[in-house]
Amino acid sequence: MSSISCKGLSKSFGEVRAVRDLSLEVERSSAIALLGPSGCGKTTTLRLIAGFEHPDAGTVAVGGRTLAGPGTFVPPERRRIGLVFQDYALFPHLDVAGNVAYGLGRGADASRVGEVLGLVGLSGLGDRSVEELSGGQQQRVALARALAPEPELILLDEPFSNLDASLRAKLRHEVREILVAQGITTILVTHDQEEALSFADVVAVMSEGRVEQIGTPEEVYSRPATRWVAGFLGDVEILPGMAREGSVECELGTVRARGDLEGEVDVLVRPESLAIDTAQPPDRPSKEAVVVSRRFYGHDQLLELRLDSGRLVHARRLGFPAWHAGDRVRVWIDGPADVLARDG
Amino acid sequence: MAASLPLAYLLIVTVEAGPDALDEILTERTAELLLRSVGLAAAVTTAAVAISLPLAWLTVRTDLPGRRTWTVLAVLPLVIPSYIGAYTILSALGPQGLAQDVLQPLGVERLPSITGFAGAWLTLTLFTYPFALLPIRTALRRLDPQLEEAALGMGRSRGNVFRTVVLPQLVPAIGAGSLLVVLYVLSDFGAVSIMRFDSFTTSIYTLYRASFDRIAAASLATLLAALMLVMLWLESRSRRSGALYRSAPGNAKAPPRLALGRWRWPALAFCAATAALALAVPVAVLVYWSLQSFAGDVRWGEIAEAAGHSLLASGLAAVIAALCAMPIAILAVRFRGPFSAVVERLSYTGHALPGIVVALALVFFGTRVAVGLYQTLAMLVFAFVILFLPLAVGVTRATLLQVSPRVEEAARSLGRSQLSVLRTVTGPLISSGMLTGGALVFLTAVKELPATLILAPIGFETLATEIWKATSVGFFERGAVPSLVLLALSAVPLYLLTIRE
Repeated sequence: MSSISCKGLSKSFGEVRAVRDLSLEVERSSAIALLGPSGCGKTTTLRLIAGFEHPDAGTVAVGGRTLAGPGTFVPPERRRIGLVFQDYALFPHLDVAGNVAYGLGRGADASRVGEVLGLVGLSGLGDRSVEELSGGQQQRVALARALAPEPELILLDEPFSNLDASLRAKLRHEVREILVAQGITTILVTHDQEEALSFADVVAVMSEGRVEQIGTPEEVYSRPATRWVAGFLGDVEILPGMAREGSVECELGTVRARGDLEGEVDVLVRPESLAIDTAQPPDRPSKEAVVVSRRFYGHDQLLELRLDSGRLVHARRLGFPAWHAGDRVRVWIDGPADVLARDG
Repeated sequence: MAASLPLAYLLIVTVEAGPDALDEILTERTAELLLRSVGLAAAVTTAAVAISLPLAWLTVRTDLPGRRTWTVLAVLPLVIPSYIGAYTILSALGPQGLAQDVLQPLGVERLPSITGFAGAWLTLTLFTYPFALLPIRTALRRLDPQLEEAALGMGRSRGNVFRTVVLPQLVPAIGAGSLLVVLYVLSDFGAVSIMRFDSFTTSIYTLYRASFDRIAAASLATLLAALMLVMLWLESRSRRSGALYRSAPGNAKAPPRLALGRWRWPALAFCAATAALALAVPVAVLVYWSLQSFAGDVRWGEIAEAAGHSLLASGLAAVIAALCAMPIAILAVRFRGPFSAVVERLSYTGHALPGIVVALALVFFGTRVAVGLYQTLAMLVFAFVILFLPLAVGVTRATLLQVSPRVEEAARSLGRSQLSVLRTVTGPLISSGMLTGGALVFLTAVKELPATLILAPIGFETLATEIWKATSVGFFERGAVPSLVLLALSAVPLYLLTIRE
């Protein structure tokens, strides 16, 4: 049984159609990421689910209970949905314990505060002022506050984007562990594709108020439904190709193709799927290219290659051996290629 | 909504009178008044900027000894109401003033008269220049020093850099400060009435007191209100385009301070002269007259009663304004829409109107509509609230703007109703703003003169009216002690405001 079900959700602000006919099903205890560029409607979707916006059309149901729909609107305070915001939105006039206890109401079991603080690794910090805490600690308080009343669902709105890069990945992993352990259904809103792919069980890629594609992280990355999704999820080169009987022929040679498309297709080439070498590989076809430029990142390097046709493609290889501008190389697609129907 | 009522009523009275009102307005006398008031405003503003620019530069950008102290001293004249200022200047420098007594043995028989334009100009300049100084100082402090360094690096001299780089960036601040000074001068009643300078406000008061037909006063008041609204419109425009300074946000680098060298002596003399005239002279004069009056009989009973009345009326106004400010601020910040914009704008009309105009409007309102309220304390407090509500709304709004709406949403998602969130989150978070707003309203209301003169119940004397009545007929001794008490009363909220910062 699905925990969250949105059907035909629409919301406009004046002329701007923020969310258009959006439908979404999320299974209980799983995590879904709404991924998209700013202005794609992902935050509006979140706010529709939380109850801070009234939908123009469509329904929102959580755990079989309709929260918003024709003639129905449950106010946010009665939805039992926990929220964690980008800026944490902690109550500055309350201490850490006061923040966590806020949603428990009067007469609640005081031990719950300590329990939840322990869960997020902040035991013993209950009497601190929230302003004394570091960004990561504030984030944990926000999570503890949302978890304390045992919500059915937790919504995370860009929760990691105010943290510096090293802390971000670590905390993301920890938060995921906590939520999995608690078995709480989670919706994560983010514009960071790495965050969405590494955090969620299911990724819904959004653009202009619509869901472009929904699937597992592996699916949306390697089998994007459209050229736009392919481009949004990472660097990609799109080459025209001809598919025939499980193979596709393009400028970089003929390789095995995923899927069963026939005829004119687009071949998606991600930089990490391009292999290069000085010599022709013995077992597969390759093409000649010249290294035009190189950017070195330490763990890897990004090479810009010009094919004989004049087309420029990018290859991401390990940091060593180092290639240099002017090197003549052989280049080929490493492994099966992802293809899209033309005009996809 | 109530805030716009008097203005609307004033307009109705004027329009009702129709051609009569037009006759009243279209006279040579009106044109002369307009010229006099605008002329005074222009002269005061020029002088205020001329004092403020060097003061701001010296205290912000040089190694002037005692910069902090000079800054505080330079801003302090703001707490002296213009009528007390006028009274001290007049009794110090006037024909029979203290300076005369000192100069008598030297053969100076009689100092030239200071009343009229000169006195009004001097008084208003001395007690309004901080309005110009504050924004200029702020702008100077926010200037990106790298712009000047870049200009110096291109081989320009310091003087040239000041003229071509610094000054243009200060223009918005100078404009904003000047407009504040102009608004103050146009609406001032105390200084011009004591200095016997005929301006819009004094003419309105005289017409109101002298005749039973108050159409003439109402017509002039409408004209003055229109003039103020034009100025205010100019001010809001200047504020919109005021983002000229600060090219690199987040650049916390302090501007370099210029070593004054031996120029610090004239610089110190300039600061000292300003502080002496605007601060030391008034205080010394007040203390002198107080000591004089101790020799005779000080009417402590009356002074205590007047102080009580001042406290009561201003305190009530402060509390009511602070309470009204909360819903207006919340409406304006959280529920943006045409309705809330109108409510917020209306609450600001008081800011545009001189005390005497609002008072006059309420007189009409009181005598014709709310008859029961005429000449009651409630009417006076109502006038104060209309006049000073914008101060409370402004501060409360600014505080609320710093509270992220996400905080309120987080509270609601934790199971609290809107009302409960208001009580447990929004309320506590903006209470400091409401307190500051209330203190500001008190500070301003306790000094307010014309509205009190016109609207106070018969026999309800406040410190402001006591001082004005004593000094406008030349009883300098009688005004001294109430003036000191008034300054002490306003020092309390002022102290509270500064320690909060």
